Order: sequence, then C-alpha cells, then structure tokens
Amino acid sequence: MTLMKSLLGAAASLALTAGAALAEPALIFDLGGKFDKSFNEAAFNGAERWAKETGGSFLEVELQSEAQREQALRRFAEAGANPVITTGFAFADPVNAVAGDYPDTKFVNIDGWLPEIPENVLLISFQEHQGSYLVGMLAAMASKTGTIGFVGGMDIPLIRHFGCGYAQGAKAVNPDIKIVANMTGTTPAAWNDPVKGSELTKAQISQGADVVYAAAGGTGVGVLQTAADEGIYSIGVDSNQNYLHPGSVLTSMLKRVDVAVYETMKSGTDVGTGSEVLGLAEDGVGYALDENNEKLITPEMKEKVDQARQDIIDGKINVVSYYENDSCPALSF
Amino acid sequence: MDVMPKWAEVILVPLISLVLAAILSAVVILGIGEDPIAAVEIMVNGALGSTYGWGYTLYYATNFIFTGLAVAVAFHARMFNIGGEGQGMLGGLGVALVCLYVPWPHWTIALVAACAGAALFGAAWAAIPAYLQAKRGSHIVITTIMFNFIAAAVLNYVLVNLMRPAGSMDPATERFPAAVHLPTLHELLLPLGINFSKSAPANVTLLVAVLACVAVWALIWRTRLGFGLRAYGHSETGALYAGISPVRIIMISMLISGGLAGLMAVNSTMGEAERLVLNATEGAGFIGIAVALMGRSHPFGVFLAAILFGFLYQGGAELALWTKIPRELIVVIQALVILFTGALDNMVRMPLERLFLRMRKG
Repeated sequence: MTLMKSLLGAAASLALTAGAALAEPALIFDLGGKFDKSFNEAAFNGAERWAKETGGSFLEVELQSEAQREQALRRFAEAGANPVITTGFAFADPVNAVAGDYPDTKFVNIDGWLPEIPENVLLISFQEHQGSYLVGMLAAMASKTGTIGFVGGMDIPLIRHFGCGYAQGAKAVNPDIKIVANMTGTTPAAWNDPVKGSELTKAQISQGADVVYAAAGGTGVGVLQTAADEGIYSIGVDSNQNYLHPGSVLTSMLKRVDVAVYETMKSGTDVGTGSEVLGLAEDGVGYALDENNEKLITPEMKEKVDQARQDIIDGKINVVSYYENDSCPALSF
Repeated sequence: MDVMPKWAEVILVPLISLVLAAILSAVVILGIGEDPIAAVEIMVNGALGSTYGWGYTLYYATNFIFTGLAVAVAFHARMFNIGGEGQGMLGGLGVALVCLYVPWPHWTIALVAACAGAALFGAAWAAIPAYLQAKRGSHIVITTIMFNFIAAAVLNYVLVNLMRPAGSMDPATERFPAAVHLPTLHELLLPLGINFSKSAPANVTLLVAVLACVAVWALIWRTRLGFGLRAYGHSETGALYAGISPVRIIMISMLISGGLAGLMAVNSTMGEAERLVLNATEGAGFIGIAVALMGRSHPFGVFLAAILFGFLYQGGAELALWTKIPRELIVVIQALVILFTGALDNMVRMPLERLFLRMRKG
C-alpha cells in the first residue's frame, strides 16, 4: 500500500468515527436473544464487525417483553440514536407506529412487512425461499433413500416459507421424493428447544429421512447433533453452521443478516428508505461451501445448483413464495 | 397467637426480604464488573423517576394485579390455578373478537364488552380443568399447566390461519379500529392539569384492576359465597358437613379465577398493543403466582406486590437499555426478589418472631 492510500484510509476512518460520535446507531434484538447462534447473533456479528472496523460504538438492547418494543424504539430515538435497527418481523408494526413521531430518525427493520412504508423507514427482507430451494436440491441429490426431512421452529408463515422453497428444490431434482416436515412447536420456546429438535430428527430418520434441514434457530443445534450421531446429513440455517459437525452438515442456507446490519451501520444516517429485497442476485441468501463440506458436495452437484442459482436470478426458474397465496405447491403443512 | 404486631408482619418482613434480595443482587452485579449503585439508580429513576417510568410500571402492574387476583381467589379455595397464562391468552382472543368484529360507537361501551369477552373466554378455558378436578379428580395443577400449552397452540392456529391479515408475516391480527382505543393515563389526566407521559402504555384498565381488587375483597370476606370458598379451602370435610358442595365451589372459584386471568388481556391487548399478538401474556400468568404468594392472597397485598413487580419489570427494561448487563442477569435479579419475598419468607419471619418474643418477655 502506498503512503497516499494509507493516509486516505486513515482520513476516511477518522471521518467515519466522527460521524459515529454524532449519531450512534442502535440495534434492538428480538425476543430470541442476542446469542441464539443464528438470526439475532448474525445481526450482532454484523454490528460487531462494523464497530471493529470503524472504532465506533452502538447501543443495543435485548427485549424481555412485547411491550418493550415501542419503548425501546422511542427511548433510542429520543436519545439521538440513528439509525435504529431492529431484527425480526414482529417489529414492523411498532416501527410503523413510532416512526412518524421521530421524522429525523431512520428506522430499519429486518424481515418485516408493512402495507405502507413511512418515509423514514427501511424494510430489509430476504428471499429465503430461493436459498432454501438450492439446499433442497442438494438434499435431494445427496439422499439415497428418496426421503428427506424438514424441521421448522415455530409454526409461523416465515418458517413455512423456508420449508416451501426447500420442497420445491428437492422436487425439481427428484419429483417422487418424499418430504417429511415437522414444526417444533407453537410458542416462542420452539426457537430454543434442541431436545425436541433431536426427537423430531430421530422420528424423521425412522421414517426414512437421510437429510434433514433445520430452520429452527437454537433448536437446530439439536437437529444437527442428532444427524451427526445417527450418521445422516443435516443442513444448517441463517449462519454458516458447516463447522459444527464437519462431514455431517451437508451445507447451510445462508441468510446474510450480518451483511445487512453491517451495510446499514456503514451507511449510517444516509441509509436509504423504502424496501430492500435481498435474494440470490444480491448474495443476500445462498448455500455455504467451505473446507468442512467440500467433500460432500460433488462437482456435479455444485454445477447443477450453480446452474439453478443462475436460472433463478435470470428468471428462468420461478420459486413460488409461500406468501403469494399462503400455500405451498410442493408441500402441505 | 400473633407473635408480631401487625405493622411488623405487613411492612417489616417484606422490607427486610427486599433489602436482602437487593444486597445479593448487588453482589451479582459487582461480580460481572458493573456498578451496583449506578444500576439501582437506573432502575429506580427509570421505573419511578418520571411519569414515563410510572406509566410503564403501572402498565405491568395492571397485568399482574389481574393474574395475581386470579391465583389468589382460587387459592382461597385451595385450588392452585397455574393456568393464568393460557386463560390470559384466550382472554386476548375474546378481546380481539369483540374489538374487531363489532363496530363500537364509543370506547366506554367497547371496554365493558371487551371485559365481558375476556372474562368469558378466560373462564371458559378454566372451566374444563375445573370440571375435571371436580368430577374426575384430575389434579388441577397438572391440567391447568397443560392447558397453557393447548391455549398457545389454539392461539397460534387462529392467528396464523384465520385472523392474520393477508400478506403479513407477523402472526397477529390487524390493528383494532380507532373507536376502541382506550384512553391512556396521559389522556385521562390531562383535563386535571397533570401532564402524564404520552408514550407510556398505562391506561384506563388500571382503574378496572383496582375495581377488581375491591370486588374480590368484597367477594371473599363479605359474601356467603366467599365464606363457602374459604371454608372449603380450610377443610373439605368441614365444608361438606356444613352443606357446601365441593363441586360447586371448585367450579365457581375456578371460573372467577379464569375470568380474572382473562381480564389481563384487556390491558395488554386492547390497552397497549391494540391488536392481538402471539405472545400477549408474556409470563404474566406465572408472575401472578408470585404476586399472590407475596400478597398473602389478599387483594391489597396483591395490589402492592403487583406494583413491586411492575417496578422490577420496568427497572429491568431500563437496565437493559442503558447498560451492558445481559438479559439473563436481569432475570436473575428479578428472581432473587421473588425468592426472598415469596419462597424464603420464613427465613426472615422466624428470627423476627423470636426477636419480638424476647422483647415481649424482657
């Protein structure tokens, strides 16, 4: 690096820290908690990466109750935090209610949906069904029994959305494939119940499944563990979980929440508003390939999946979203 | 028989328990390298130092009053209703149906109807375990706690499949119409010249909760039914001998209990969220047990204990907002207070009694 470049870099980081001191960003985690090894933790990692790179600091809070959503938003906005980033779809409605009272503050929500987006709000959503489609293809190609499993967390539309893409991908490879789908539960406890995840995995194995995809937050840890113990393949979610059980975790469906948070904090108060959809084309979702699973994914599997990825981006393959009419063409829940 | 004067019983014992809990909490906070005095300052200022803080404290307290009363009423009849969580969830469903599908002209009428809906749904959810206990002898503790999970599943099904607005990902109903908006303390107190914080969720339901306290007191100590309830609670055979039907007492006490638990939804669903969300009760049903224990199952005690727990909740939230103390440790602090004031009550009471005895002799 030339002297000029490093000088410029130093100046840039100085400018960034100055900006950060003026308006600290704030990050509000959903009820799942900061260290859930998946969704919220990914957001935290993105924020930490930003803090490390820029030397800035950010406000953060883990919620304990529903009533705290609006409270946390208002308190941070009043304290001058900008932008205020929230994780989880449940924040969309409180953000909508609060945003009008703080027109100078930018509010960002990940995963949320609103019929009308206020002027100072950015909604970031991910095309989880596209990523799930790719790992569904890999699952179908890796399966020898012709039966694969899906373990969801809490039975909500978002998780059905994951399962639906997965089933479509699998059926694209093998139209006769059998998909066993289970949800862990109906309460938020379903996000953090590895024991039940393990039980469900065993039940699915007894039905012949030899690849199981966990889209269940902390519950997935139990799914991956059991899959490794029983000698079948598993698929992780949100973060890259390949390293948890090398050789058993076939791949992970990546949802780059960390990148979204990092980019938002980097843009700071200049962050755009409206809605942003991150799919395969933006590398917002995808499948994980690293040294832990390179032996499991044969070149021919990789070629097929990469081809499908390109076809989805080009619009040649249309992965149906569960949200379109609240039902799935390839799987019934 | 009373060893201690009343003031020591009512004020001194809880106070010493609280101080002990505070000291242990301080040790915990010190242990993770934070300043305990600053933490207490944040909690007290955040929960009681402004009308904003009071607004949240009273909002939580309203929930806890209802669930605390629910446990207390059942407890007088020796029924341990730990299904407040499920009854509150179903109460929320009742509130949502009333608010969404009937065009109400004014919030006052809507409030009465929502209270009726919430109480009805909560009571109906308590009726099945009550019937099983009264007629089949299935233990009420087991059935009510199992019914919490069934309630969660029912609510989940209804929200995900039936009541969710099209396109939304959030398993929640749409917002209630503006006509059923309950006035917050800000709107109630403004005509009196008091400028209460606008953003706090405490609302007119607080007054309903206070009314419920008075009503429960009158029911337990001033009516024939209340007498039957207490008589059954003290001795089943004695009550039977006096001509009190156990089936009737079990059913009625549990219906009232379930109705009270359901009423908390008026506060959380209609007063705060203004839509039905999946996790509307957020543990208030269980906190109600601690509130009733600490309040000695007396409505006034429940009222005070509910405010203390409201303070802990709101103070804990402020602690989470402005410090790096992790959420789990805030729960530990809250749990220490429950432990000392509820479960370890005798630890303080017995030495105190001995002290008073010695003073009396000497």
